[in-house]
Amino acid sequence: MTDSVAGISGMIIEKLLANPKVPRDINGNSKIVEDLAFDSLAVMNFVMEIEDELDVSVPLDKLADIRTINDLAACLHTLKASQA
Amino acid sequence: MIDIFAKHAALRTAYEGLTAVSPRNPFEVVIERPLSATVGLIEGRETLLFGTNNYLGLSQSSRAAEAAIETARTMGVGTTGSRIANGTFGLHQRLEKRLASFFGRKHCMVFSTGYQANLGTISALVNKDDVLLLDADSHASIYDGAKLSGAQVIRFRHNDPVDLEKRLARLKDHPGAKLIIAEGIYSMTGNVAPLDKFVDIKTRHGAYLMADEAHSFGVLGEHGRGVAEMQGCEDGIDFIVGTFSKSLGTVGGYCVTDHDGVDLMRLCSRPYMFTASLPPEIIAATLAALDDMEARPELRVKLQENAARLHAGLKAAGLQTGEHVSPVVAVTLENIPQAVGFWNALLENGVYVNLSLPPATPDNRPLLRCSVMAAHSAEEIDKATAVFKAVAEHFQA
Repeated sequence: MTDSVAGISGMIIEKLLANPKVPRDINGNSKIVEDLAFDSLAVMNFVMEIEDELDVSVPLDKLADIRTINDLAACLHTLKASQA
Repeated sequence: MIDIFAKHAALRTAYEGLTAVSPRNPFEVVIERPLSATVGLIEGRETLLFGTNNYLGLSQSSRAAEAAIETARTMGVGTTGSRIANGTFGLHQRLEKRLASFFGRKHCMVFSTGYQANLGTISALVNKDDVLLLDADSHASIYDGAKLSGAQVIRFRHNDPVDLEKRLARLKDHPGAKLIIAEGIYSMTGNVAPLDKFVDIKTRHGAYLMADEAHSFGVLGEHGRGVAEMQGCEDGIDFIVGTFSKSLGTVGGYCVTDHDGVDLMRLCSRPYMFTASLPPEIIAATLAALDDMEARPELRVKLQENAARLHAGLKAAGLQTGEHVSPVVAVTLENIPQAVGFWNALLENGVYVNLSLPPATPDNRPLLRCSVMAAHSAEEIDKATAVFKAVAEHFQA
């Protein structure tokens, strides 16, 4: 499930929806800061949860270019692939 | 023309929302003047100070004040230069030797502020080819130093050795140097880091370890050398950074180490090189405060007693505090309007603490951050906890 960008994106959405404060209508194109109302700290803390799921570490500078859930999934996929 | 301040629209909304519900601006509290280490004049009222980081009360040290006055008279009030140009006086070298000796280290570098000590140390130690592993709750100066360095930054869960080890294991094939950074006492919560466990991990994984003892210097350890001394792991800490603006009551920062390579930091650490050095009277006051601190170990004993008294008093009042007993005691509240109301009521009843708001706090919850001093009397602490209790009851009613 987590060996493709789409699979990782689905896993991220599932994790996000576990938080009742997150809007119910999110998808891969949802913007993490604008649509989910996450501040910078919330984004960093959420990424930590995903890191554990995939056993990968995301350097903070990579987060600067991430806008959407799909961007995050693509970043995690690349990092995971480079680790293999 | 593009509004250069448009980017701050969300900040403005949050700021205006906060100041609209607060009778006074929490970011513009003025201590008109301190009357002693523990009492200041705020809004014309004598107010108990429980939010100053002045752990040993040495900002009011008469020995330090006399040293500053004498030095200002004989050497003037400033250096007008950076350390690598005309800004190194004999006093700067004397302070560096004194601190190196105090910590039992070969080298010491002094910076103009504690913030710059972190910026200057981190940015000189690592670059884009290296990896920094930062405790997730690190102070802004550590994050800013990381940004200035250009190194890859990986956060590990706060005070969690298992999480740190997991992240280091993922880096086993990374060719760059790895530097772990943790604080001794965390400034917002008072939590104490398991530095001894981090030493074991860094040794196993071939990493370096830097500890920021800003809030634990002068506070913990038999001689006041901080958490590393208290936990018996000083030999395993590669770099200790700290500040003079807490326990010593002045301003400035330092880095001590046994690594000889640190000498070159004087030629590549931009926050060290491109700023005016500490004025001589501040150095003289810092040296005198250090003498005071060493000559009066009873201050640390009293501080621990006071920390335990404040912690127990707040807990007995039914407030939510951390588990660590340290001179920083944070009361966690549920939401910002409640915290703002609580903080205002404390101030109106003669107790000043720090209102700390997300995202500067962990877990997205506001804190009323209290810091206790050796100079507080038991009566002052009891009065503060009684005010806390009365305000809490008022808000629950």
